[in-house]
Amino acid sequence: MRTPLAMIRITALVAALFVAVGLAAPAFAQDEVTIAKQGWSFAGPFGTYDKNQLQRGFQVFKEVCSNCHSARLLAFRNLAEEGGPEFTEAQVKALAATYTIADPDAAGGKRPGIPADRWPGPDQSKADLEASFGVVPPDMSVLAKARSREDKFPFWILNYFTAYAEGGPDYIHALLEGYTEAPADAKNPDGTPFKLPDGKYYNTVFPGHVISMPPPLSDGQVQYAPGPDGKTVPLTVDQYARDVSAYLMWMAEPHLDSSHSAGFEVIAFLLLFAGLMYFVKQRVWRNVEH
Amino acid sequence: MDHHTEKFVPKNPVVRWVEDRLPIINFVKPSFVDYPTPKNLNYWWTFGGILTFMLASQIVTGIILAMHYTPNAGLAFDSVELIKRDVVGGRTIQAIHATGASMFFVALYIHIFRGLFYGSYKAPREILWILGVIIYILTVGTAFFGYVLPWGQMSFWAAVVITNIFGAVPIIGDPILELLRGGFGVDNPTLNRFFALHYLLPFIIAAVVALHIWALHVPGNNNPVGVDVKDTKRDTVPFHPFYTMKDLYGLVVFLIPFAWFAFFAPDIFGHPDNYIQADALKTPADIVPEWYLRPFYAILRAIDFNFIIDSKLLGVIVFAAALLILFVVPWLDTSKVRSGSFRPWFKWFYWLFVINFVMLTWYGSVKPDLTLGEMFGFGPSGPPVKDISKLSVVYYFAYFILVLPLLGRFEKPRPLPNSISESVLKTPVMQAAE
Repeated sequence: MRTPLAMIRITALVAALFVAVGLAAPAFAQDEVTIAKQGWSFAGPFGTYDKNQLQRGFQVFKEVCSNCHSARLLAFRNLAEEGGPEFTEAQVKALAATYTIADPDAAGGKRPGIPADRWPGPDQSKADLEASFGVVPPDMSVLAKARSREDKFPFWILNYFTAYAEGGPDYIHALLEGYTEAPADAKNPDGTPFKLPDGKYYNTVFPGHVISMPPPLSDGQVQYAPGPDGKTVPLTVDQYARDVSAYLMWMAEPHLDSSHSAGFEVIAFLLLFAGLMYFVKQRVWRNVEH
Repeated sequence: MDHHTEKFVPKNPVVRWVEDRLPIINFVKPSFVDYPTPKNLNYWWTFGGILTFMLASQIVTGIILAMHYTPNAGLAFDSVELIKRDVVGGRTIQAIHATGASMFFVALYIHIFRGLFYGSYKAPREILWILGVIIYILTVGTAFFGYVLPWGQMSFWAAVVITNIFGAVPIIGDPILELLRGGFGVDNPTLNRFFALHYLLPFIIAAVVALHIWALHVPGNNNPVGVDVKDTKRDTVPFHPFYTMKDLYGLVVFLIPFAWFAFFAPDIFGHPDNYIQADALKTPADIVPEWYLRPFYAILRAIDFNFIIDSKLLGVIVFAAALLILFVVPWLDTSKVRSGSFRPWFKWFYWLFVINFVMLTWYGSVKPDLTLGEMFGFGPSGPPVKDISKLSVVYYFAYFILVLPLLGRFEKPRPLPNSISESVLKTPVMQAAE
């Protein structure tokens, strides 16, 4: 007879194999673009958001992204909530008041924003944005979860053991840094020479490489104030891309910090409970040959 | 099973008064307390209890989600997000429900494959097995309806692809398709009826589970040596506390990876495209079902050729046959020996079947033109998935139609122990037999 622990180990392995193989993230040919995993403060079971980074990321979002992208699920009040950028209530109130909210009940159909309001979105209408760019810029509320990157076999199996959930920010960071000139020898999938359509941009990460979004960031574009700890960060595209990717992850998963700490408690409890149950079971069965 | 249980007379007068009028304790006691259970069950047998827990967990979390969810094509996507953001504990409840579906299927597949290895479908447990297959198919349906509810791109296009399958049925295909969708295309009426069905089916599953347990308690549990209980005293132990405690231990261990995924990586089983709201005008680059449906999706896609009838209908027939063949497994397997442990040849075919099933799951997740080399990350080389997956489909059916019927005739099983109690004695005789 096998020992119980060995059986559990086999069960766990078979289950892991089974699940993992099924999830073999479809290896779709994207011309062998590799998107590197970045070191995020919120990665892994013990990860938490870096408040200063989220505040910087929000600044990039507010000054750059939100000119064209909406974020309809974000409410101003979220920006003051625990586990987020944690602006003060007063800051959020002041911020909200700088925006005009359409409200049929208000005199003139418009009023200044309050913290309970949702993010109003860009001034331009969707139709105008589509006319300018050829596409409607996607809403950013859950964008960080709607994008991902893939690992080759067998490395994706590891992702189940490390609880890898940062594919979205990894992708967005790589995309923002992925703008280049089209290579001279670039080919279309059918082998014909590649020509960039007018009004489009070449991006090494974007599927098909032809992206409608102009390169949104440039060095020195967003002026960060020093953080509350007096620290400054470089004003580079890489830094902006990192900060705004972290911010977008928070917008998509605002309760990550509390989930992580709750998960830690739950799993610590389950491990202890499992240990106790093992001894209970051993004691109950001690006089039975089985 | 033939066993006697003493009538329980409660000491508390109030409980006795109730028990005299509604003997609920004396109904439960013989089935869940005294119930004689083979003493040699291993941990593969804990998954029945785990599945019961998972069904309850899905129903409880699902009812709470339904209180906040809005089944409307324009609002469903945002309502799921708002559950995660603004409902107290919503992020956790939603994650337990969504990752719970995957964990449910992990346990379900282990439970089914345990039955296939130990011959738990053989007489006198055929109806028990058939009820299990019904539960499996109902669960597949429930999971599919549930996957559609967040109304993301994958939800929507999975609904389009899966309902299309029924459209391949001759003559009545189109009416069925319209009935399923509530119109000519997948839209708000589809979402509404899928929500209604997703809420209904779990209770039907619970009812069939009750029948499944009833049918289990007539012959009693199969066991790893597959020999019938001969002497209740020597071969069995009462269900409580022996198996209640062992099952509880197994369940708690199972909950550890479950919690790991629910709290730390709630989206790891899902597709990122499902975070894009459904758009009938934009077909995603790749449409893949959830992992637990992919083996059968691979079988459906492998039939890309016409043979007497059109490939589309043929695919649907083969797809349906892959599920329906499970119903007749008890009559396909001709071996008198239940447990695979005593069948030297069967073991090899069985494990090949398991590997083959895992490969089918994989084939179902990649593009049909992908080559074997690319699948393993070596660049384009070897045959494409659409060709090799055909081999896997052939073996899937051959296992049931050829291997199980023929092995019983030609294989010489190893000698069985005389009884369960003999099999667990650590004597030199038995070690030799192991």
